[in-house]
Amino acid sequence: MNQESNNTVRPEVHVTHDGHHVEHDHGHGHHKETFITKYIFSQDHKTIAKQFLISGMIWAVVGGLMSVLFRLQLGYPDQSFEILETFFGRWAEGGQIKPEFYYALITMHGTILVFFVLTGGLSGTFANLLIPLQVGARDMASPLMNMLSYWFFFIASVIMMSSLFVQTGPASGGWTSYPPLSALGQASEGSKVGMDLWLLSMAMFIVSSLLGGLNYIATILNMRTKGMSMTRMPLTMWALFFTAILGVLSFPVLLSGAILLLFDRNLGTSFYLSDIYVKGQIMPNEGGSAILYQHLFWFLGHPEVYIIILPAMGLVSEVMSVNARKPIFGYMAMVGSLFAIAILAFLVWAHHMFVSGMSPFLGSFFVLLTLLIAIPSAIKVFNWITTIWRGNLRLNPQMLFAIGFVSMFISGGLTGIFLGNSTIDIHIHDTYFVIAHFHIVMGVAAFFGMFCGVYHWFPKMYGRYMNSTLGYIHFWGTLIGAYLIFWPMHYMGLAGVPRRYMDFRGWTSFNQFGELNKFISIVTIVVFAVQLLFIFNFFYSIWKGRKVRSMNPYGANTLEWTTPIRPGHGNWVGEIPEVHRWAYDYSKDGREFIPQTEPVSPNETKH
Amino acid sequence: MSSNTWIIIALILGFIITFQIAKASEYVAVLRGEERTRRENNRINAFLLLAFLVLGLFGVWYCNDILKGRILGEAASDHGERIDTMLYITLAITGIVFVITQALLFWFGYKYQEKENRKAFYFPHNNKLELIWTVIPAITLTILVGFGLYYWFQITGEAPKNAQIVEVTGKQFGWEFRYPGRDGKLGKKYYKNIDEANSNPLGQIWEDKDNHDDIYVSQEMHIVVGKPVKLIIGAKDVIHDVGLVHFRMKMDAVPGIPTTMWFTPKFTTKEMKEKYGPDFNYEISCDQMCGSGHWSMRGTVVVETQEEYDRWLAGKTPQYAAAKAAVAPAPPTGTMANATDTVNTSVSNGQPKEFAK
Repeated sequence: MNQESNNTVRPEVHVTHDGHHVEHDHGHGHHKETFITKYIFSQDHKTIAKQFLISGMIWAVVGGLMSVLFRLQLGYPDQSFEILETFFGRWAEGGQIKPEFYYALITMHGTILVFFVLTGGLSGTFANLLIPLQVGARDMASPLMNMLSYWFFFIASVIMMSSLFVQTGPASGGWTSYPPLSALGQASEGSKVGMDLWLLSMAMFIVSSLLGGLNYIATILNMRTKGMSMTRMPLTMWALFFTAILGVLSFPVLLSGAILLLFDRNLGTSFYLSDIYVKGQIMPNEGGSAILYQHLFWFLGHPEVYIIILPAMGLVSEVMSVNARKPIFGYMAMVGSLFAIAILAFLVWAHHMFVSGMSPFLGSFFVLLTLLIAIPSAIKVFNWITTIWRGNLRLNPQMLFAIGFVSMFISGGLTGIFLGNSTIDIHIHDTYFVIAHFHIVMGVAAFFGMFCGVYHWFPKMYGRYMNSTLGYIHFWGTLIGAYLIFWPMHYMGLAGVPRRYMDFRGWTSFNQFGELNKFISIVTIVVFAVQLLFIFNFFYSIWKGRKVRSMNPYGANTLEWTTPIRPGHGNWVGEIPEVHRWAYDYSKDGREFIPQTEPVSPNETKH
Repeated sequence: MSSNTWIIIALILGFIITFQIAKASEYVAVLRGEERTRRENNRINAFLLLAFLVLGLFGVWYCNDILKGRILGEAASDHGERIDTMLYITLAITGIVFVITQALLFWFGYKYQEKENRKAFYFPHNNKLELIWTVIPAITLTILVGFGLYYWFQITGEAPKNAQIVEVTGKQFGWEFRYPGRDGKLGKKYYKNIDEANSNPLGQIWEDKDNHDDIYVSQEMHIVVGKPVKLIIGAKDVIHDVGLVHFRMKMDAVPGIPTTMWFTPKFTTKEMKEKYGPDFNYEISCDQMCGSGHWSMRGTVVVETQEEYDRWLAGKTPQYAAAKAAVAPAPPTGTMANATDTVNTSVSNGQPKEFAK
């Protein structure tokens, strides 16, 4: 029923989806654009996307810089760096990071990158930008909720950022914040006020994520233009759809876990606490279970890694197809495997807990279900490879990042088969092998998906191109650098070197990698500098980039390329186009591309 | 200071130069025709994809060559052997998949670079192919799950009846051990009885007679070569993890929830020192983030023959004796009065010293 109304609406009316949402027309039909409504409290999905993207980039620089600085400690534990004292003051007196602050840094690095960059920055950007544009809607189902989603994200950011400046330092119990460490101020400086701020910020973040996610789901289900059946949607839409469902179903569980932790911290409850003697003090709490938190946390925590990687998969599928001038291979299998991954995402959380003392019998089910994920993942990889087979590849930066994504996804996915197997996990659990695995598969790979999306849709966002020479340098620097950093870490992991250690010199089993740690630290600095190049390219190109001169610069099929070069709020001038086919008719019947808006002619070959 | 400044200056300079080159290349592109430049870039990057594949695979080999000697040697326990076997089975399978898929990916990237006369092949799906690459991974993974669970249940199954029992307790930031003594039974304990000042660091309940011969040591665990050992693991304050890297074993230490693991050590510390040099030590690492001293939470394991072990244990006095000595002279202080009700005799014994790291 949404479809007919879309076609009958006059172009001046911005929000025009549904007959019984009359009040929306009233709210948006004739608002005057001031600087504040256009750039700050904007309800335009494209502006909100840019807000998420730029906030995400700021966070990425902060989180990335943290990793560079703690890599200095790891690479050169015996040296002092004045720059550390410049940044951290009394936390790095004399140029050496204090242990409490080292742990605060890695905690913040993880929290920032996982939540604020790769969830907020990635989903927030591309769900907002692409969903209305690719399903053919003038805006999200609820632009107001969408705006609130960003501003809750902003509040979460402010709280998290402010926790860096409190007297006792930010949270320092790892991004997973396991109690009792995170519950007891006596156990760690970071578990004092910093931890409360962390929890508060996460609560705000979850609200933001829910507001956004519900909106994405509602928009995709209800606001597709005429002819846009679910199976005609580009894979980006499917990926963002499953991502939103994962978020809506799993984030509330984290919220409950966080609230119980807040209670344990501040109200004297014992959800997670029992039998504790800390710093000479006997705690009264009895009967709680520290493991309960881990279940609640990982019930979000594992879907969370798919919340990070699925949008990247969607972006890569789309960009790869456009630039290979070839349909994505096995569209239905791609959708099916996204679905399978989304379902399995909820059934594997306890593979993070094989050595927590959980029943080995229960663990065996999680081994089985975890390794099952390799099947849809393998299907996706083979389908991507087949997509570029016999294509006509334009190797622009976004296509290179798409190929790089697949490479990283293979490398990081395969090491997941080691970790998901509980027998091997006993040895490599919480070692550098884990660091290497997840940085490659959900860190670097997700970033590659994000870069791929930014280079590809930058023209849609700003009406200009990014500089491609800088793009090539960015790609090669990042691909080579990421492998140089994380590949050797697998060996440290196989040697059993534990993660979250700031110095290995006191150990005879782990001190054989001193030179390697120096090497990794140096490469990290270089790769970080290359990312700054990207950020510079991004902002420079907003104002100075080469202008886009045609509506459909890539010869792509999807609907966003039927909008004006710089679309206003409402996206299409005139009627929203009708869709007649799927998004992937590239190189069909001798034609390089056939847009979704073109009716199927009777003598076209069927696929 | 100077080195920092220089690094920053070098970075900024590099930045500016890169940017100028990039900008210039854009102008050149406009002058020479964007289409031509695009094609040239395409060729260069296609070649780089191929070069990356070749150099990358060489890099993988090279990395393996220089680092393979630094991962741990032979597993020092029977479970460790199984884990290593499983690791190598998985490595072989994933290694093959890795090389094939990466090679295809980058080779196709090079081979199917844009050419003017090339038409992309319209190939939207093929059920047979898709079936093949669903079934093959499924079979492969079934094999891996099968092997994995077979070993998993062996490793996590019940410890043999004759297993030696040692209780391990993690605390910020060190390890404490308790041996059951001659009766072979660990006495009961309750965390509210912990009283370090009065030699009761684990909160043993002295009314329980099983406690009277229990031996307490800290930082250094002794076990017998060739004899299964079952660890009963707990923690006092936050979650820790008993990481025994040479035995390939690991288990969390959770306050309030005892966990267990067992294994059979294969080599004595002395044998390992002969093999890997005099610096060798079986180390216990904490593998679960536990606070600011996590990275230094080190303990050691001494694996020795039965005679050496018996001699070592005979030299230890039960904690009960130390506690009685500590309590009798002075009335119990603070919160722990109830724990010491039954302690009324005095035997002199030094409290075990914390071993320095």
